[in-house]
Amino acid sequence: MAIVQSQIADILKKYEDDLVAEWVRELKASGSGKESRISETELFAQAKEFISLLQKAAQGDGQNTNGPEWRAITNFLSEVSKSRVMQGFASDETATFIFSFKKPLFARLRTEFGHDADALADETWLTTELLDKMGLLTVRAFQRAREEVINRQQEELLELSTPVVKLWSGILALPMIGTLDSARTQIVMESLLQSIVETGSETAIIDITGVPTVDTLVAQHLLKTVTAIRLMGADCIISGVRPQIAQTIVHLGVDLQGVTTKATLADALAIALKRSGFVITRDAVAKRS
Amino acid sequence: MDRIPILRMGEFLLVTIQVDMHDQLAVSLQDDLTAKIVKTGAKGVLIDISALEMVDSFIGRMIANISSMSSVLDAHTVVVGMQPAVAITLVELGLSLRGVTTALSVDRGMHLLRRAMGGEEAADVRGQE
Repeated sequence: MAIVQSQIADILKKYEDDLVAEWVRELKASGSGKESRISETELFAQAKEFISLLQKAAQGDGQNTNGPEWRAITNFLSEVSKSRVMQGFASDETATFIFSFKKPLFARLRTEFGHDADALADETWLTTELLDKMGLLTVRAFQRAREEVINRQQEELLELSTPVVKLWSGILALPMIGTLDSARTQIVMESLLQSIVETGSETAIIDITGVPTVDTLVAQHLLKTVTAIRLMGADCIISGVRPQIAQTIVHLGVDLQGVTTKATLADALAIALKRSGFVITRDAVAKRS
Repeated sequence: MDRIPILRMGEFLLVTIQVDMHDQLAVSLQDDLTAKIVKTGAKGVLIDISALEMVDSFIGRMIANISSMSSVLDAHTVVVGMQPAVAITLVELGLSLRGVTTALSVDRGMHLLRRAMGGEEAADVRGQE
């Protein structure tokens, strides 16, 4: 086996330049280079590096692709996959990068072993197996890179969706958007409580207009937040209760325990101002016009 | 054995917890405070826990108990300056300190107490929630 393996490395070395040129041609034919997402020089450089790394790796143990010789090429492929994700390639397009190498390589194998059918079949099988592994590796790395992107976006979304705004001196508002789960409630609660301490606000308004559904769990999370705010010595008003949500809360039998609830943020602000002793009056001149 | 001082300010008692509470300290505070309320006939108690950074279930329960006990002894009780982390912990432990008035700072707490003493305006709205 080891002898057969080393021949792949030899062939790769012998025809390196031809293989690179043909492979790039093949890639362009399959459409990878057509769109301007990746330049030909970049494609060329990647192809060249892959072949030289594969050649180095093939000199070692060809069967165990987890071995130390394969680390360099594995890292290289995951880098390539990552850059493909950024450039907006699909997973099959990324895998084609590897699979299209088969054609030029098999052509070289045929010229080398053309006279010996058995050797050709053996070599072809080994090479196919090897390249398939590389291809699968690429797809896996591609997927991992995509998942990283999704995770990062989720975290960003979490931070973006919990802004605490100051409505008036001593009045904070927190417009909640999206479904409330335990993790989000925790973040919301912490940032709201922290803002209360920092600003010394006596009233906090939680606006749930952007919360699509309220079930018992969400209601419980809301109550926890309200209780924590009360423990700190501030008041809490829940606003933006839509008709459907009011119905759901009553049907579920959720006891809001004397929490002040208002239909709109404006109503909540009005009561908050009233409690802090502010009076809003309208200018007589403006009234007439 | 150190104790938490209980200061008398007119008709109010002022308790400021400036050290990390440990179990024995909480128990002795409970004894001292109830004894002092009875002795002085104080009508208001202000407990400042702004320096308390961490609570466990026992200390949390003790804070709730001490506040309730002063209420039972007919003293208006205001707990002031609870830190966010402490508030979250108490909520998670299911201790919502019902019947106890809370305030953000000592200043506001004193204001609430004076208003409660004032008579007709009675207890703060929050006290009833």
